[in-house]
Amino acid sequence: MATTTSPATRPTARSTTIALKMVMAVTGAIFALFVLAHMYGNLKLLWGEEAYNDYAHHLRTIGEPMLPYAGLLWVLRIVLLVSLVAHLWAAFTLWGRAERARSHKYAVKKRVRQSLSSRWMRWGGVFIFVFLVWHLIEFTIVRVDVSGKPVPDNPFQLVVDSFQVWWLTLIYVVAMLALYMHLAHGVFSLNQTLGWTNTKGTYARAKVLGHVVAAVVVVGFLIPPLAVLFRLVK
Amino acid sequence: MRLTLKIWRQAGPDVAGDFVTYQVDDVSGDMSFLEMLDVLNEQLNSEGKEPIAFDSDCREGICGMCGLMISGLAHGPEVTTTCQLHMRSFSDGDTITVEPWRADAFPIIRDLIVDRSAFDRIIQAGGFITVNTGAAPEAHSVPVPKANADRAFDSAKCIGCGACVAACPNASAMLFLGAKITHLGEVPQGQPERDSRVVKMVAQHDHEGFGGCTNIGECSAACPKEIPQDVISTLNKDLRTALRHGY
Repeated sequence: MATTTSPATRPTARSTTIALKMVMAVTGAIFALFVLAHMYGNLKLLWGEEAYNDYAHHLRTIGEPMLPYAGLLWVLRIVLLVSLVAHLWAAFTLWGRAERARSHKYAVKKRVRQSLSSRWMRWGGVFIFVFLVWHLIEFTIVRVDVSGKPVPDNPFQLVVDSFQVWWLTLIYVVAMLALYMHLAHGVFSLNQTLGWTNTKGTYARAKVLGHVVAAVVVVGFLIPPLAVLFRLVK
Repeated sequence: MRLTLKIWRQAGPDVAGDFVTYQVDDVSGDMSFLEMLDVLNEQLNSEGKEPIAFDSDCREGICGMCGLMISGLAHGPEVTTTCQLHMRSFSDGDTITVEPWRADAFPIIRDLIVDRSAFDRIIQAGGFITVNTGAAPEAHSVPVPKANADRAFDSAKCIGCGACVAACPNASAMLFLGAKITHLGEVPQGQPERDSRVVKMVAQHDHEGFGGCTNIGECSAACPKEIPQDVISTLNKDLRTALRHGY
């Protein structure tokens, strides 16, 4: 049978699926670095009210007087917001493309090698996004004290009030499990997408790196809320 | 052994298909999967029914023509092609579901036969090197380090059967692409066209309607030639380099 021709129009590297995946990878790497720094900052809670509130204040005064008040913080917020938009745009574009690539599904399909983390990347990512919106409303944009007390002006007090509420801590624990799965596959995947895993050794190490980064971030993030819940920090 | 087969029947590209259940008795464990289907087709012929259309050519696992989704596994439970799959991998009384590769880039022609011309068009887009053909060149004129030669050879084992696309949850052909890109990119002869090759081949891949890679690894698990995941990393690296070079 003769092969029918169907040329692609004006091929450029920028317009390929792989370029889109690289957008996912780079923005994902920014988020991975961000959560590592965020996790480190949260651990200040264990050193008490003064250390934690000082840290919150210092975030706004870094670089002063060269930078205005909260200057660097706003630069970081803009970088993160742009990354978030790009990450979601690339994710949904690729998701749609994948759905269209197999419009007729298999009647029987077995999973052989895929990990739980990789299988939950898309819906897990959506869940993390919904959690993120709540998290920002709760502690930054609106500031909500779920314990029902009047919202304190003191960041440490708001965190302690909040995580003494068991169901809120539970939501955060579930969100951190989702984050573990997303990071475990995401950090590995970004190495693969950026073309850094060209040998069996580097490929295997990238898989381990994914789980190490995920474990460090998630354990670090869970320590403060659990310390508050079990009244180790008051 | 006695088997129940649920086989996808579809009279043509544009008509709806459905599963039809068949019974096959006296299947020997030494038969290949295709020989078992031959037996079933003999049976259908003798009953005056339309035999099942499926692809096959060499029947020795090197041409890549045969490819069936067998109870949810591309090429079935062994790491080989459908023609080399032994019936001893199944047990008496099993029900086996047989489907064609499912990908919009591989339209169904009839029953279990799909059109894999999309792969040919990807190769036409850039999966070649430009050299004068004719007399074989002196083998020592362009030395190739052993490690590169080995990796190029291992990647060149790809037979283009499409199992990677069939097994991929995104119906992506990145393992196929990765194998071709690595095969040519590892040797000196592949260097002059390296940047334009990756861009043209990936653009054609996207144009054909294959999905993107999510680094899940189902493709390598299904590959009868055991092409590893790291060829996809090489593909990505080549595209990144092409991007940097302004392609």
